[in-house]
Amino acid sequence: MFGTEIAGGPAEAAVIIGVVLVEALVLYVGYGILEALVGPAIRRALGGE
Amino acid sequence: MSELELFGVAVTLLTLFAGFGVLIGLLFGFFGMGGSFLVTPALMVMGYDTDVAVASGLAFVFGTSVIATLKHRDLGQVDYKLGVLMIAGTTAGIEVGKLGLHWLQSIGQADLVVSIAYVGLLGGIGAFITYTAVRGDGGGGIDHDVADDAEVDAEDIPDVAKKIQSYRVPPMMSLKGGITVSLWMILAVAFATGLLSGLLGVGGGFIRMPALFYLVGVPVPVAVGTDLFEIVFSGGIGSFLYAMDGAVNLAIVVPLLAGSAFGARLGAAATALVEEDEIKVYFGVMLLLGAVAVAIRKVGGVIEMPVLDAVALVIIVGAALLVSGAVVVSSVRELRTDSSSSPQTAD
Repeated sequence: MFGTEIAGGPAEAAVIIGVVLVEALVLYVGYGILEALVGPAIRRALGGE
Repeated sequence: MSELELFGVAVTLLTLFAGFGVLIGLLFGFFGMGGSFLVTPALMVMGYDTDVAVASGLAFVFGTSVIATLKHRDLGQVDYKLGVLMIAGTTAGIEVGKLGLHWLQSIGQADLVVSIAYVGLLGGIGAFITYTAVRGDGGGGIDHDVADDAEVDAEDIPDVAKKIQSYRVPPMMSLKGGITVSLWMILAVAFATGLLSGLLGVGGGFIRMPALFYLVGVPVPVAVGTDLFEIVFSGGIGSFLYAMDGAVNLAIVVPLLAGSAFGARLGAAATALVEEDEIKVYFGVMLLLGAVAVAIRKVGGVIEMPVLDAVALVIIVGAALLVSGAVVVSSVRELRTDSSSSPQTAD
């Protein structure tokens, strides 16, 4: 995956932008779920409860 | 002994980028802007070629803006009509700005003019935010936690924006926040901001977002959301063009984005806890220090003292650490105050 930085041309460029886009979408959904699951517990722990 | 590697990249380097990403994301999540200008200079000081630093920074901005736009879309803070008009006007402005830059290059003054303009703009915005935060009138233009403000109060609209809204040249456009502005005025503001970013060679988010608020008069959350929507396109197209030359380094972008998306969650959560004016003054100072660092780097380039690059990086990263540390400490303090003052319940 990381080897694509040495490539060039429209197809490789589209793949690179696609990787960044897909990563962004996965992070948005993934961190959203994570926040809903463990967010309240971390809040309580930091609050000293 | 060889270092531990993942996908052919040293794990320590990936961790460094992810950690740097958390720092940038925290600032971005809390203030709604201001993190991205750290990436490209940091990469250059780390020894990456300028085109790789710029291209990877741009690809990172693209990924960050996708995530942030999705969040603002969920809160109803993206005006797509305004976004499309801004893209059209800005694109034209950037092209003319580039012509201006080429002309300055042809007379040998480009580097001087761009450096002074960039430092002046960054420093000016920093000074303005610090000034308004110290005065405590909340006019720094970076409030973003007012999602329910569907209608904007007349007294909240800056005077310049009121003047621009008063030019009723048809066709008139209705925007989020219940304001009406002439199509031509929007295009003029978009063109002017594009001109500036084309001339300075920067993405221009820190120019456009205040312009949408202070000149067009849309509420700050909508200005931030719409600006991010525009950055998705400008960042996407820009990084695609650089990627065609093979300049985007995913070993930088992927961990940076993973860290920053996490940091942005923390920063956004902190906005619900910390009084923004308390932190805003730090943010203004950070922009001012950013301006100083850019100036030092430029001077280092002119007098050929590469050590000044490192000094500039230390100032930028130090300031970012200071401000994000202040956000975290204030948040934890507020959480502890809240939990000790609220009555204990059975659940």
